[in-house]
Amino acid sequence: MNDARQTSEPKLNDTEATRSSLNAERGHRSDVPFFVVMGGISSCFVLLIVLLLLADLRFASLAEFKAALFKPEIRFAFQLTILSCTVAALLSIWVATPLGYLLSRYRFPGRTLIDTIVDIPIVLPPLVLGLSLLILFHQPFFGWEIEAWFRDTIGFPITYRWPAVVLAQFSVACAFAVRTMRVTFDQIDPRAENVARTLGCSRGQAFLQIAFPQAWRGMIAATTIAWARALGEFGPILVFAGATRMRTEVLSTTVFLELSIGNLDAAVAVSLLMVAMAVIVLVILRMLGTGLTS
Amino acid sequence: MIEVQGVSLRAGQFSLDQVSFKIESGRYAVLMGKTGRGKTTILEAICGLRRVVAGKILIHGTDVTNWLPAERGVGYVPQDLALFPTYTVQGHLEFALKLRKWSRQKINDRTSELAEQLGVTHLLDRTIDGLSGGESQRVALGRALSFYPSVLLLDEPLSALDHDTRQEIQDLLKSLTNAHDVTTLHITHNQDEAAALADVCYQLREGKVDTMETNHAKAASR
Repeated sequence: MNDARQTSEPKLNDTEATRSSLNAERGHRSDVPFFVVMGGISSCFVLLIVLLLLADLRFASLAEFKAALFKPEIRFAFQLTILSCTVAALLSIWVATPLGYLLSRYRFPGRTLIDTIVDIPIVLPPLVLGLSLLILFHQPFFGWEIEAWFRDTIGFPITYRWPAVVLAQFSVACAFAVRTMRVTFDQIDPRAENVARTLGCSRGQAFLQIAFPQAWRGMIAATTIAWARALGEFGPILVFAGATRMRTEVLSTTVFLELSIGNLDAAVAVSLLMVAMAVIVLVILRMLGTGLTS
Repeated sequence: MIEVQGVSLRAGQFSLDQVSFKIESGRYAVLMGKTGRGKTTILEAICGLRRVVAGKILIHGTDVTNWLPAERGVGYVPQDLALFPTYTVQGHLEFALKLRKWSRQKINDRTSELAEQLGVTHLLDRTIDGLSGGESQRVALGRALSFYPSVLLLDEPLSALDHDTRQEIQDLLKSLTNAHDVTTLHITHNQDEAAALADVCYQLREGKVDTMETNHAKAASR
């Protein structure tokens, strides 16, 4: 009995000790430093972007903005940009949907290789991509040259004309579209397509009737991303299509051309125009994004 | 009739060797076995979604081992049901019939008959969002039976249902398979389900399929 009491007494003391130390602990902890540090670091980047936009806005006056946008060269560049980006984005989604589906659904020999090749335009320095396009079109293969064939046989030269702009934009934009479509199809359960096949579908019918109708959000997102990438494209266009006013000038080229002749006001005005276009694209993406999660 | 002759299967690390069993025409067979023993893999092989490494699969005496899933005429209800997110209930019931180019009139007759049997007539215009477990199960069953398949494969069709719904679907399975005169292979790990439904019961144990006697079979032999 005694022993038992002796052993139980220290336990009681332990509890009391714990209680008193609990009180002593009160008020020593705080989540404030956590939020200060994390928020502080995060806000640096957000602040940088906001300051960039504010600086642009402050630099450009409305009059200069209007004047720049009414210049015929810049109007031409705006139209060519809209057209070429749209064509490049539509081409991209045509290629990205089947390619994304194949990469998502099938394990075939060389799949990893193809997966890597698709990513090359994303990591390749833009100027190198443009140079590679130029070389490809003008390199003779056993006396046969792609550019010469397009020019002489089809009567549709590519290099240093608007088709070169589209092709340069497509090369990069398509890679991003393929990524998006692949993720889209990864998120669609392949089991429904399998069941459709037991019901009498070929693989093609299962794709068209089951997977495709579920992928439309992803396809809009992929087209939008491709369009936005095409809008920002500059390096490959400069090398492969040149920067000829009223011929191959897109808005990104305009910024460069205006800067190079010291016309900072026009460069900033065009930049702001591109910012506005990019924001519209972002808003569309966001709206689709919230639609996806709801 | 479903005949599986010495079939070997591979699925990643998992493999099954030399599986054989036979289900006579019009019988309701239940295949039992613990989770992860390859029951689903066997079903997928019969409907053609999984390649067979060795052996043969015969449906009504025809070797279909190398046939496409679409050519086998097998009704398949997977465990997760895999309903089509962009289709209505009506769309599910007529999916296989449209592929078979039935006339609109025949399709309408068939789907309304089927909907009545399944008790989903009031749901025909709904999409699959918000269907209850039992309702989804009925739609998946209807989709699989719509084109009068000679073989029906069910992968744990009752496992995700509550007790009352389970009883309902169990009765529905009995009446539907009788009405359609379809050879059925039903996978489960539940003894009661097997006892209630099976004409013949198989057990998948250590990669081999053994026959177990069922109450139905006993009653029939008496």
